[in-house]
Amino acid sequence: MLAQFLQFLFSGATVGATYALAALGFTLIYNASNVINFAQGEFIMLGGMLAVFFTQSGLPLPVALVLATLIPAIVGIVVEKLAIEPVKGAETVTLIIITIGTSLVIRGLTAVFLGKGTHSLPAFSGDTPIEILGATLMPQSLWVLGVTAVVVVVLWYFFNRTLTGKAMLATSYNSLAAELVGINTSKVLFMSFAMSAALGAVGGILVTPITLTSYDVGIMLGLKGFVAAVVGGLGNGLGAVIGGLLVGILESFGAGYLSSAYKDAIPFVLILFILFFMPRGLFGARVTDRV
Amino acid sequence: MQKRAYFGLYIVIAVLAVLPLVVPNSFYLDLAIRMAINAVIVLGLNLLIGFAGQISLGHAGFLGIGAYASAVLPTHFGWHPLLAMGAGAAVTGLLAAVLARPIFKLKGQYLAMATLGLGIIINIAIRNEATWTGGPDGMPVPAMGLMGFELTSDKHWYWVVALMLSVSVWASINLIDSPFGRALRALHGSEVASQVVGVDVVRYKVAIFVMSAVFASLMGSVTAHYVGFVTPNLADFFHSIELVTMVVIGGMASVYGSLIGAVLLTALPQALATFEGWETVAFGMILMVCMIFMPKGLVPTLAAKFGKGD
Repeated sequence: MLAQFLQFLFSGATVGATYALAALGFTLIYNASNVINFAQGEFIMLGGMLAVFFTQSGLPLPVALVLATLIPAIVGIVVEKLAIEPVKGAETVTLIIITIGTSLVIRGLTAVFLGKGTHSLPAFSGDTPIEILGATLMPQSLWVLGVTAVVVVVLWYFFNRTLTGKAMLATSYNSLAAELVGINTSKVLFMSFAMSAALGAVGGILVTPITLTSYDVGIMLGLKGFVAAVVGGLGNGLGAVIGGLLVGILESFGAGYLSSAYKDAIPFVLILFILFFMPRGLFGARVTDRV
Repeated sequence: MQKRAYFGLYIVIAVLAVLPLVVPNSFYLDLAIRMAINAVIVLGLNLLIGFAGQISLGHAGFLGIGAYASAVLPTHFGWHPLLAMGAGAAVTGLLAAVLARPIFKLKGQYLAMATLGLGIIINIAIRNEATWTGGPDGMPVPAMGLMGFELTSDKHWYWVVALMLSVSVWASINLIDSPFGRALRALHGSEVASQVVGVDVVRYKVAIFVMSAVFASLMGSVTAHYVGFVTPNLADFFHSIELVTMVVIGGMASVYGSLIGAVLLTALPQALATFEGWETVAFGMILMVCMIFMPKGLVPTLAAKFGKGD
């Protein structure tokens, strides 16, 4: 009983950490620009696929991983410069369509250049499972959870202790006021795209040894990250992390105890539930809109 | 305004009437039928996106309900196809109403999220309930018939769909100019202002959302009977996106924009089929470029350029 419970918890938390990184990416961009970036999932996919490509072409693992994080970040900047900045202040629908177009382009190019096959990465520190109270934990899960924890701490430090981070926060509260006190808000915008793409890519790389990857995994991962961001209260960083873990764990329990066929539906049932009963998410601020 | 609006309707009817005489072969007739089916769905969706300013990312789910009602009910329960179609539309309408009422009290992007979730759940249900739906492989759909007459040939279907499209265009034009339509435009402009002058914002939004969902469900049934086969792809997220794209590219809040958007995007995969492997990239590029350079969509942008207004 307990072993099974722990098993589901471990696998849920592992996947949930990836959702958390994706949700943080959504949150960063949403805060900087009110854009919901539907291409977020493609950065997760891109991270995993590039890591596979670079290791297969013979680069040592650390180099491959750095490249697989940096390139998506550059792609994020390019997307922001070419597609988002020119339409600053456009209607929500327009922005959603642009990011959906972006996701199709990234996915399409990946299929053309890296192929449509399913790939895996070797686990970073072996495949010998660790046994805890009868449940097994893969070393790679520790990598996923550990790196996510580090990322969260670094982000916390960045937003609370550095000037650039504070400037980004200020922009998210009120971009006009931020501009008035001399913050370069378009720099904030492209930084948030770069960071959010890198976050997604890191999640994608870490989880690839466990869940495999292919050119089309981005949609589902991105949508679930998005659900996680909404569950945590759109725009709330800590909420995004908790939301991600929660979505992952509920999904894992649902698959284990209820029905594995409906595993993918669980996050979306959750989002409907949240929207009906607590529309600001678990940790969303109560805001009143001025007219 | 009224007269010019009807002028457009006459052109649509004229084109629809002449088209079967000029299409070179059945391939193009099939393409025309699919364009017309999409056009009706897009007209409904445009009322929601263009006039009420709300976005649905799960319309393919509603289409799927209609399509599978028409496939499952007659096959497994022996229902008459028309009754099945009506049942699909009723279920869709009810679902849309239940979903929309609480959601529309919130703001902005929440409908997008809720519809997205609903659409994905519907698709997963269709894929998993293989005993009823045939799962990922899909299932055949019995022919649509009425009083001994079976709708089977493409020619017949063309006229049925052409009639539906003409009626939808006529209805849309009238709806937009009715008090209901004016209320919708008002609430897109400013919700608070329209509330102040007495528009029941939530009720109108729910009404338009339910209506567009029912449109999608009915056309889902039509698609199912016309093609004679349904697969879960009809109800997938990508199809929802395609429908929204048709609205946006043609032109939000433009009746004729909806038609142009549906025609262009239905034809696009055929045109792109020659660029093997690059279809997705091209499709994405077209979306981005259109939205960056013509955020209002083709028809309103061109109309403004030639100084006519829409």
